[in-house]
Amino acid sequence: MMVQAPPTLVLLVDDYPDNRDIYVQFLTYSGLRVEEAENGHQALDKAFSLRPDVIVMDLSLPGLDGWEATRRLKEDPRTRDIPVIALTGHALAGHSKGAFDAGCDAFITKPCLPERLLDEIRAILAAARPRSGDTTP
Amino acid sequence: MPSSRTAAARAGTRSPGAGGAARLELLESLLVASSAAQCAERTLAWLQRRAGVSWGVCMAAHAGAGPRLVPVASVGVPVRRIEQFSVDLELGDHPLTRALLAAGPVMISPNGSRSPVTPLGRRDVQAISLAPLHSRDLPAGLLLVAPATRTLAREARWLSRVVGPRLAALIAALRLEESERRLQRERGLLSSIINAVTDPILLTDGEGRIIIANARAETLLATDDDQSEGRRRAVALNNMLFSAALTRHAIEGAEAPRHEVPLVDPVDGSDLLFELLSTMSSDAREGTGIVSILRNVTDLQRATAELEDNYRKLRQTEADARAERDRLDLVIDSVADPILVTDPGGNTVMMNAPAEHLFTAPEVSSEEAQRLVQANDAHFSSFVSNLFFEGGTLRRSGSISLVDPGTGAALPMEAISGKIVSEHGEVTALVTILHDRTEELERARLYEELKRASAELELKVREATAELVRQNELLRRSHIALEQASALKSQFLANMSHEFRTPLNAILGYTSMLLKGVSGELAAPQRRNLERIDSNSQHLLSIINDILDITRIEAGKMPLTVADFPMLDLIREVLAEVEPLIARSKLTVTTQVNDALPPLRSDRQKVKQIVINLLTNALKFTPQGWVTVTAVCDPVIERMAIAVADSGIGISPKDQDVIFEDFRQADDSPTRQYTGAGLGLAICRRLAAMLGGELSVRSALGEGSTFTLVLPRAPEDDR
Repeated sequence: MMVQAPPTLVLLVDDYPDNRDIYVQFLTYSGLRVEEAENGHQALDKAFSLRPDVIVMDLSLPGLDGWEATRRLKEDPRTRDIPVIALTGHALAGHSKGAFDAGCDAFITKPCLPERLLDEIRAILAAARPRSGDTTP
Repeated sequence: MPSSRTAAARAGTRSPGAGGAARLELLESLLVASSAAQCAERTLAWLQRRAGVSWGVCMAAHAGAGPRLVPVASVGVPVRRIEQFSVDLELGDHPLTRALLAAGPVMISPNGSRSPVTPLGRRDVQAISLAPLHSRDLPAGLLLVAPATRTLAREARWLSRVVGPRLAALIAALRLEESERRLQRERGLLSSIINAVTDPILLTDGEGRIIIANARAETLLATDDDQSEGRRRAVALNNMLFSAALTRHAIEGAEAPRHEVPLVDPVDGSDLLFELLSTMSSDAREGTGIVSILRNVTDLQRATAELEDNYRKLRQTEADARAERDRLDLVIDSVADPILVTDPGGNTVMMNAPAEHLFTAPEVSSEEAQRLVQANDAHFSSFVSNLFFEGGTLRRSGSISLVDPGTGAALPMEAISGKIVSEHGEVTALVTILHDRTEELERARLYEELKRASAELELKVREATAELVRQNELLRRSHIALEQASALKSQFLANMSHEFRTPLNAILGYTSMLLKGVSGELAAPQRRNLERIDSNSQHLLSIINDILDITRIEAGKMPLTVADFPMLDLIREVLAEVEPLIARSKLTVTTQVNDALPPLRSDRQKVKQIVINLLTNALKFTPQGWVTVTAVCDPVIERMAIAVADSGIGISPKDQDVIFEDFRQADDSPTRQYTGAGLGLAICRRLAAMLGGELSVRSALGEGSTFTLVLPRAPEDDR
């Protein structure tokens, strides 16, 4: 009998409750575990404590914004290897560049349909899986 | 003398006896007397001896004009008183005159009325009239003696007859001698005179023989044997020429104007020219002769020739001078400026035509013109006289204000005067040239005006420039303000689109989940309505995206990603993306792309955006027919053209610009048939410009449209 790997844990950071709700519903519906954070500090706390498989980070956050939060995550050895998918409603040039500079691994512009986000999560996890598989006990 | 001898012989014969010897003695002494004085002295001496006379005066009677009795000899009379005996015979009542003319001897006594007029003194004087040589003549003289003795009385008549003729003869001889001497002297003088005359003078007889010739005439016309052959020949020639001239003169008469005789100088052989002046002279004894004077006119002729030559030269010089003067006049008259020549007296000697116009009034001219001419003259005279009095400077220029007598217009003149100075340093004339300065002054005035206008203009330009700077500054500020406003607008739009997206994201997300049955199965009407919500949300999203695109382009925040890509691939991709629309439209969609089309180097994403937009527009506005996508490349100008043609409704010419404006469609009415925000073509044109190309349309209402995107095959800085 095969030991099933625990479902993927996604940390979803967004200050807009409805958007969190959609993605939580859909990702959960699609078989993923989802944790939520509504600002940068909360996101850092949960990331450090929960060590999710992937973080979906809205960049425009009150208080500590998405870029700064991502930078701190990428600076910390505990969370350095967790892929971060940046998500933003800002489409102006500079936003995506700033996101990559901060250490984001992918960048998605809103509006983003739930299935699209799911596709993106799967793709980025597939890329990170081999290493993740090695380290996972 | 024979007559006196006869008289003596007669007296002798009449008085023989004792006195005969004494008379003979007197006769002998009288015969040898050589002069009247000797004769008178001997007579008186004889009377002293013979008749005891102690006082006596012998007087001779001189005939002719002013006949007188003149004392010739005296005895016992003081010398100083002798002259008192000289008596004018025309005083007829003088006692001596009467005694002279008496027939015999007369006694003159002192006690008479005549005593005061006679020099006889207080004595009785015997007066004996001396008989003349010829009986008809006046008595030869008068003998006054005293005292009157008997002897005397006896001898008186004899003495008269003997002494008288002898005395007369001696006086006559004396006179002849004197006259001959005088004649000879005169002749000598005459000869000196005619010899002194340098012109030859000759007297010739009727046959032309020379009777008298002066020295000059002799040199020309007389010859000696010892002279040279040449001289003799010259003299012979001269004689021939002279005779011919004389003959011609005789024939032509004195009326002929001039008779010229050319002769040869025998001494030096030179040619001489004489003028012959001849006069006939008639003399009873000598007969008819011709007096000729030859006037040497050789020098005269030479002088005349010279004179004529000089005269001719003078005439020539005069003619030359006149010609020169005519030329000068021509030159002077051709000068447009007035020229005047003034003498030191201030009189105008010469003036040219322009000067005449100013300084002389025609006879038929108005009073006004005459007055103006006079005024001009006064001005000019004043100028000129000042210059004459000024020493030193030969030249002077000044200004004179004249007036045109014809028009009355003022003529400001510049006068330049030069003195003409003789070699003695005297000013002989003054030449003045007047130059009209009207134009010059007008030019100067215009120049001043121009300068003033230029200065004004410069001031205005400066003001305008200052104003421009001010305006520029305002513009710059407003530009900055505009840029800030534009930046704010872009920021605003960016923020707004973000704010729109967040809720739209939720709408689209929930709708998508519902349609996917996340919340359970849906009834058919619910699903249809949800799809409508989804469609409208998508449309809203596209509008927001378009606005965002324009904002990004205008804010310069649309980055370009340039790469090589094959055009055919891009078109296929586009066709694949719009395949649902094509399938729905039932139109014939074709592509015409050459396989050999070179790759395009540009921003693939943006080219694709444009082509999609053009193709969707074509599908949207073509109810039926076809749509064709064509791509060609011009290798020469390195440009690629992508055209999307359709058989749709077309666009009217007036709308062909409108369609490229923001939020515009050809039909802008609220009830328009076609949906869309009207931002598509505006964005496409902006994108085309960003890529260095352009987007254009060719269309007509009802005849379809062709939109053409022309792009450089590679960006400018890449090539």
